[in-house]
Amino acid sequence: MENPYLPYPVRIDDIEIATEDKSLKTFKFVFLNPEDEDKFSYHAGQFAELSIPGVGEIPIGIASSPVEKGFVKFTVFKTGVVTAHLHNMKVGDIMGIRGPLGNWYPWDKLENKNVVIIGGGFAFTTLRSSIIYMLDPANRSKFKNIDVVYGARSPGMLLYREELFEWEKRDDINMHITVDGTDDPDWKYHTGFVPTIVEQNAPKADEDTYAIICGPPIMIKFTQPSLTQLGYKEHQIIMSLENRMKCGIGMCGRCNIGKELVCKDGPVFTLEQINQTPKEY
Amino acid sequence: MKFITIDKKDWAKGIEKSRETYRLFGPVKDKNGFLIKRLEQDILPDMEYHDSIMSAKSILFPQTEKMLSTTLDDSKKDHHIMKRDQIDTTPRAIIGIRPYDAKAIQLVKLNFDTDDYRDPYWCDAYEVTTFVGLAINKPGPFDFSTSTGTGPFCEEGLDILLADLDDQFLAKVLTEKGETFISACGFDTIGDEKESSALFDVLRKEAEKNIVSHIETNKLKEKTILELHEAPFWDDIAFSCINCGTCTYVCPTCWCFDIQDEVKQKDSVRLRIWDTCMSSLFTRHATGHNPRETKVQRVRQRFMHKLKYFFDKYDQGIMCVGCGRCVKSCPVNIDIREVCNIMNSYEKQD
Amino acid sequence: MDSYTTKIRELSAALLEDEKVDFVIGFKQGTIPMATSPHIARTPEQAQQLIWDNNCGINLANYLTNRKEKIGIIAKGCDCRNIVTHIIENKINREQVHIIGVPCKGMIDKAKITLLFDEEITSYSENNETITVKTLSDEKNIDKNEFLKSNCITCTHRNPVIYDELAADLVEEQVIEDPFPDVRRIEEMTADEKWNHFEDLLKNCIRCYACKNACPLCYCPTCFVDESSPQWVGKGQDTTDVRTFHYLRAYHCAGRCTDCGACVEACPMDINVRDFTRKLNKDSFEMFGWEAGLDLSKRPPLDVYSPDDPDDFIK
Repeated sequence: MENPYLPYPVRIDDIEIATEDKSLKTFKFVFLNPEDEDKFSYHAGQFAELSIPGVGEIPIGIASSPVEKGFVKFTVFKTGVVTAHLHNMKVGDIMGIRGPLGNWYPWDKLENKNVVIIGGGFAFTTLRSSIIYMLDPANRSKFKNIDVVYGARSPGMLLYREELFEWEKRDDINMHITVDGTDDPDWKYHTGFVPTIVEQNAPKADEDTYAIICGPPIMIKFTQPSLTQLGYKEHQIIMSLENRMKCGIGMCGRCNIGKELVCKDGPVFTLEQINQTPKEY
Repeated sequence: MKFITIDKKDWAKGIEKSRETYRLFGPVKDKNGFLIKRLEQDILPDMEYHDSIMSAKSILFPQTEKMLSTTLDDSKKDHHIMKRDQIDTTPRAIIGIRPYDAKAIQLVKLNFDTDDYRDPYWCDAYEVTTFVGLAINKPGPFDFSTSTGTGPFCEEGLDILLADLDDQFLAKVLTEKGETFISACGFDTIGDEKESSALFDVLRKEAEKNIVSHIETNKLKEKTILELHEAPFWDDIAFSCINCGTCTYVCPTCWCFDIQDEVKQKDSVRLRIWDTCMSSLFTRHATGHNPRETKVQRVRQRFMHKLKYFFDKYDQGIMCVGCGRCVKSCPVNIDIREVCNIMNSYEKQD
Repeated sequence: MDSYTTKIRELSAALLEDEKVDFVIGFKQGTIPMATSPHIARTPEQAQQLIWDNNCGINLANYLTNRKEKIGIIAKGCDCRNIVTHIIENKINREQVHIIGVPCKGMIDKAKITLLFDEEITSYSENNETITVKTLSDEKNIDKNEFLKSNCITCTHRNPVIYDELAADLVEEQVIEDPFPDVRRIEEMTADEKWNHFEDLLKNCIRCYACKNACPLCYCPTCFVDESSPQWVGKGQDTTDVRTFHYLRAYHCAGRCTDCGACVEACPMDINVRDFTRKLNKDSFEMFGWEAGLDLSKRPPLDVYSPDDPDDFIK
């Protein structure tokens, strides 16, 4: 087996400022060795360790989708040593990526089902990967209705704005974009917190509907009751957890919660699994 | 099964001969106790030792280990591309390792060698290491290894098991690796199989009878994780803990580590360093959010991991081999035996 | 010590019965010979588990930091000095603590006793100044005073400097002519000898931080060794990093250390980290006439300035 600690060398191909306060940037990476891209074949929902020699590594959800070829994209929030260093890097700089790591959203279980995607803030990265995957012509027919509720503090804080508005125009996906508040008179979409918008717009649950939630702990805490009210059972609610990680391959023990290792047995869990685990996340 | 008798007068010569092919490790006296260390030229393992302060895990899993390195100098070739240094394939032998430490290595192997991933640093070292165990004739008062699925004469994880018979060693050769090591030493006096086997049996029973410390683990499996996690006794158990890392560092089955990048001028290395779940930084996110912010949460995590989570996840018993090192080294005398018995006997009050 | 134990239990139970404190911190019997474990007694029944013997070397003031409750604490001489330091440094209020002071005749050095035997010690008992230690095949009766911890040998503050009640009569203070012979021995070494001494001292350090965590003075929310932005110290065993940790920690305790020896007692590798702190204690004493934790009204020398502070180091 290959050395799982060895990163694939990549070059920064593009950097976009993702939010109006510049706290998030979207990085586009290209593999230096073309065969590494095949080795890095991933599913929507997985993450990778972005590795900067001399600085450290960070576990970030993969924002690009498996159907997008030739590059990988990550949206990174500046909050610590490594992310601050990454934000100061330039196009052309060389670093590394390890992965893909973790499990992914249960795509085989979601076939022929209605999918409700709920995201908040900058946790939307793997959800972008999921939406592009589902909307791809090769895959769209595998799923029934797709509803998306995505909210941020203000319009400028929404990620992937252009793509969101494009999806909103399509008729094979129901977008419910919301912001906590705005004084923009041209704002066309919802205003209100994600849990409220979920209550008002998400479809009622039936056996064939699953919900995927990804967001800050506080959003999840208040959205869960809304989903329960709409009839979603524990095994129908799919969540992606965050935790402090180092190795990403289930060996250093840092992300251990109960029996699970978030980097290897997760980060995707059903609410049923999470309720059997101590609340240390 | 092959048995070799080794007259103690021939022991030193044989060990020296093995140096031609093996790098040797074993217990040596150091200030107030024994440590398992690299045996430099002419130094023999001290076979009279009763226990070592630190376990043998550092031979396969050093406290500080270089994983990858690169140059940050943009003018050099392959800058910023991390690579692993030359792999050292020189055979190693740990002489005098205790059976519980060898069992501990088998438990740690479950972590580093999985179906999905193989830790090359640990596994490459494991593959070239021969474990020459020394059975314990007179177990000490803190040895509770028979309660944890191993024992003073247990053979699991060993390539050779030596029994100390005063003026000679009786070696039970368990694997091919053991066979190779014995030949490298030149020990070739074959012992009678039936007699030797019987003698081992007698010694084992005698040693196991001398184990005075026991723990109960029979009811741990039937309790749920959440039941034990929410139990009320953790506050009192955790009170005296000072959240150092002593228990985790002396423990042969603890494997948590940190990965740190260090830079000296233009050279960058990625190091693996032992880490401890007792540290308040262990689970702190970059945003400042810390799921295990308080001392009691961390103390609970350690004991739950060792005695419950590992048990449930791997079904190989508890993550403890009964060596007693944490019991002896803990500055405030928190005793895993006590905690285990409390957990085992806990009945939830409704 | 039995009379000590009885009195401590009595006083603690009374405090809890009268609800004068939320809990009492003391020691309970350890699970192995020569050990005690810090214990929290919340009820008079739990107070009956409190004991006092020659193995109470850990500094209980360590458990007071930043607490909000009313606390009873069983404190020996050096512990009381650390409580004074805690109060001066705003880590606890005087009104919060009810101190049951214990005049101390010294604690024993476990490492020294362990070295007397080839096997593990299986039992320990004391009878006044005589200690009986047994292994599976050996037994020795030793005089406690020959096996005192080295900080107890030079202790001149055995009586609590601050207390609300006493668990026993005050004891006679030792008069020590020369309190720092160990420091002077190192001061008189050549530069090479000093280097070798300290390299040898630190070679087994496993960065467990038992010394730092057992010390009542080390209460920084984020210790300098844990900082990451910027990172001051590496976390591995690079000898430069190990030295940095120990030398800097000693300096952070300069003028505050009471030489309680909890650091050495806690260290699993028996490293005498007091070689660092003692030098700074000697300097504080000789340059500023200062000993930490004796007077609630005085601030430590590194906190204050006076025009006639010695300055002959300025060349």
